[in-house]
Amino acid sequence: MKRLVILGAGTAGTMIANSLAPRLPADWEIEMVDPSWTHLYQPGLLFVPFGRQDPGALVKPIEPLLPESVTLTRAGVDRVDPATRQVFVDDGSVLTYDQLVIATGTTPRPEMTPGLTDRGWRRTVHEFYTLAGASALRDALQDFVSGRLVVHIAELPIKCPVAPLEFAFLAADHFTRRGTRDSIEIVFVTPLSGAFTKPIAADKLGGMLEERQIALETDFMVESVDDGALVSFDERRIPFDLLVTVPVNMGAAFVGRSGLGDELDHVRVDPHTFLAHDHDDVFAIGDAAALPTSKAGSTAHFSVEVFVENFLEHIAGRPMPRAFDGHANCFVESGGGKALLIDFNYDTEPLPGVYPVPGLGPLQLLRETRLNHWAKLAFETVYWRMLLPGRPLPVPNAMSMAGKVRPSREEMTV
Amino acid sequence: MTIAAIGGREVHVDAEGFLTEPAEWDEGLAQVLAGNVGIELTDAHLGAIRFARADHAANGETPTLRRMATVGGVSTKEMFALFPKKPAKKMAYVAGLPKPVGCV
Repeated sequence: MKRLVILGAGTAGTMIANSLAPRLPADWEIEMVDPSWTHLYQPGLLFVPFGRQDPGALVKPIEPLLPESVTLTRAGVDRVDPATRQVFVDDGSVLTYDQLVIATGTTPRPEMTPGLTDRGWRRTVHEFYTLAGASALRDALQDFVSGRLVVHIAELPIKCPVAPLEFAFLAADHFTRRGTRDSIEIVFVTPLSGAFTKPIAADKLGGMLEERQIALETDFMVESVDDGALVSFDERRIPFDLLVTVPVNMGAAFVGRSGLGDELDHVRVDPHTFLAHDHDDVFAIGDAAALPTSKAGSTAHFSVEVFVENFLEHIAGRPMPRAFDGHANCFVESGGGKALLIDFNYDTEPLPGVYPVPGLGPLQLLRETRLNHWAKLAFETVYWRMLLPGRPLPVPNAMSMAGKVRPSREEMTV
Repeated sequence: MTIAAIGGREVHVDAEGFLTEPAEWDEGLAQVLAGNVGIELTDAHLGAIRFARADHAANGETPTLRRMATVGGVSTKEMFALFPKKPAKKMAYVAGLPKPVGCV
């Protein structure tokens, strides 16, 4: 038998296992490695701090989500040796592979920023990318009625790069509903030079911060958290009463130990085929890969469709026919029951216009609508029932220009 | 993409003035580019720039501040001292490299 080993049973790993299991030749088997017992629906974490999502409802047991034919080793990975095609598992066992897929994601590492996890951690200093963090923040927000809330990004890349903006929009809405907005100052602090990366979306989202009277502090590279303040490398200080930070995100430590990673332990891959540099039997998919596009579930989904077609040809000794275009799309919750949608790839920045979805109708791009918000909420069911099982979704895999409009410079301040 | 006259010669630049052909750069041009962003080049600047250019030539990407620190040995604190306020961008500009990819 030939063996495909998939490291990680998160979004990307689960989709790959479910898509490949029925299609692999009969002499192939799949073995997966993951230490967790549960699968977490990460997009739901954003709503937990505002008391709008029961954290317990975001997790399901892992095993029923995987094909029955897959063997699951419940452990972490110590190291991969690409030369001998071996995976050293931290329960002491060793797996050999014919092909390896690394899908171990990226994780917030608050300890990378000096002072972040000191006394104030989970009291006045919070994150919302874990169940424990989002739940602790819910309790903190309950008690927070006046003072300065600082929403902060430590360093890029982060997974779900729009989430901190969404958090700021939802916080403004939340305080308004509670009647405390006038006694709370909100500051959004980012290492970028604007609210977002690409000009048209940065312009739109920056305008939305302004409308909500959220102050924007740009080009802020945090050096430490010290005595209730963020301190930057160029010695700016931003005091806070409540800090919601998105810590430095890093890939799994074994990636670095195995010599496969960049300086943040994300796997260096070909951005069109996901094949690791200098190897023809190691792939990385999803957040684990160092790709110049968003780390997001949508990217993982579009990547997996390309990867599966390519992989079946690759193991048959034929050239890989498809090239991933960097396609990602993200709903951006903006408060008041509305959301925006952005859709983009390696070459095309998020543009306004419409995004056609059969059966639902066109969704508005870069514009706040109720339908976008409902589509975001409905996505949870789509995720569990269609996306993870590898069923096709009725949206095109490659990004399409259909419906998109490139605004002239004068129109850019909408 | 346009052609601009910088320091008495013609070079290819993007809409924001970043050189698009790393081969059109030399350290003489760096002096002029540095002046454009209010920086007087020292050996420390040139050390950082030489690493960034070699790294770009090897990997095809302008190094991030983290990479400058962990691989290039120039700490982020130092980068802010050398290229104030926007070190990654200013260094790329002076080094004749593409603007660092904004992580989307």
